[in-house]
Amino acid sequence: MILEMNSIQKSFGDLEVLKDISFHVDEGEVVSIIGPSGSGKSTLLRCATFLETINAGEIKYMDQTAVTTGDDGVARYVGRNELNQIKRYFGLVFQNFNLFPHYSVLKNIMDAPVTVQKRPVEEVRAEAMELLRKMGLETRAEAYPCQLSGGQKQRVAIARALALKPNILFFDEPTSALDPELTGEVLKVIRQLAEEKMTMVVVTHEMPFARAVSSRVIFMDQGVIVEQGDPEAVFGDTQVERTRQFLRNYQR
Amino acid sequence: MSFSTMLASMGMGMLRSCLIFFLTLLFALPLGMGVMFLRRSGNPVIRNITKIYIAIMRGTPLMLQLLMWYFGPYYLFGMSIRGYRLPAIIIGFSVNYSAYFAEIYRGGIESIDHGQYEAAEILGYTKAQTFFKIILPQVIKVILPSVTNEVITLVKDTSLAFTLAYNEMFSLAKQIAASQTSFTPFIIAGVFYFIANYVVAFVMERIEKALDYYH
Ligand SMILES: Nc1ncnc2c1ncn2[C@@H]1O[C@H](COP(=O)(O)OP(=O)(O)OP(=O)(O)O)[C@@H](O)[C@H]1O
Ligand SMILES: [Mg+2]
Repeated sequence: MILEMNSIQKSFGDLEVLKDISFHVDEGEVVSIIGPSGSGKSTLLRCATFLETINAGEIKYMDQTAVTTGDDGVARYVGRNELNQIKRYFGLVFQNFNLFPHYSVLKNIMDAPVTVQKRPVEEVRAEAMELLRKMGLETRAEAYPCQLSGGQKQRVAIARALALKPNILFFDEPTSALDPELTGEVLKVIRQLAEEKMTMVVVTHEMPFARAVSSRVIFMDQGVIVEQGDPEAVFGDTQVERTRQFLRNYQR
Repeated sequence: MSFSTMLASMGMGMLRSCLIFFLTLLFALPLGMGVMFLRRSGNPVIRNITKIYIAIMRGTPLMLQLLMWYFGPYYLFGMSIRGYRLPAIIIGFSVNYSAYFAEIYRGGIESIDHGQYEAAEILGYTKAQTFFKIILPQVIKVILPSVTNEVITLVKDTSLAFTLAYNEMFSLAKQIAASQTSFTPFIIAGVFYFIANYVVAFVMERIEKALDYYH
């Protein structure tokens, strides 16, 4: 199992955003998370990637515990060194890319492997160029993010995340900040990664995409997982009224 | 006194003005960084003390602050202040300008999107790497125009050192003008400050151009 989250609880002040969420991701799985705005999808990803700290629950990557909760109900994270090591297992692609504007495309991709992982520059450069080819951006290596379209920026962001060779890659609405005609090129890249058996968790509002690419779909509402299962089962003929209602609203 | 003699005797003053200018920048630019960190501290006591400090530095005349720095040690502790003229000037200027720079830095830092920190954290950068490699270069670009303004003000403010009878450009101009009953020294001084600021503006513009490759 790549990721295991058990009984996750997260509140912002009095607002309980995640209420007892449990799920896991196996190697090679593509899990889509769908649900209405404000249901806690982003918060779940941010908790999984340690951008937010959980109030209670358990998170494990590759059977290595990152957080546990004792009998006292208080979540305890492992020490900084161990946590840093666990952080290497995952990558995250943001809705609004968060590329480094002062670095060229190539440097955006190369800098973390070189600076953080201390890998040899030439080896990293070759891999970065390979990733850019895969993203269809090999001619833009020397461009700066401000010279790229949204779709190109997001593909660079994906390449930047992949350059660190994560075991699992999270996407938080990777196409929501894009003009409609640019979503296709990003979804195509994610689809290609799915075919290569990259383990991914994708929060998305692109229902046809989720249906076509996922091995499993999770429907969240008001901080709980209402339903999860095979995409055909969820999208095709869900038995859960709440899911049905959400999908119906979506088609309108 | 001929024009060239006048110019020659004012030359030393120009050097002293330049000395104040460069030493102040040397100390105030990094010191301002420290003040900015204190100003942004999570500890409310530190944060508020720094706020008051900045308010005093910006809210009282620099001339008065220079007098305090120079005569303070004598009146407060009875210390001898012989030979302390230049250090007092540099301390006064640096401490004063660091408050202005701190506020400029703070504005710059707060203009950086929080997503930059999050991206860096996910990629595994340490806090120091994030600050020096990702945040600071972007901050420098943002604050450059405000820093230019402050540096130009500093060029002119060096003349305030006359308060402590330090013989920089402006003091000498005044002395020579009085003894020679001539207006020329003031014109020389004016041209000096103007050229100095022209150079400052030129250099800063070059730096801005060099950082123009992204936005
Ligand atoms: N840092 C925060 N402080 C306070 N409340 C927050 C914070 N982040 C999220 N929330 C609240 O938590 C709830 C869940 O937000 P979240 O962003 O996880 O929803 P989402 O499912 O990703 O929605 P969307 O589809 O609009 O992106 C919302 O009510 C939101 O206002
Ligand atoms: Mg969201």
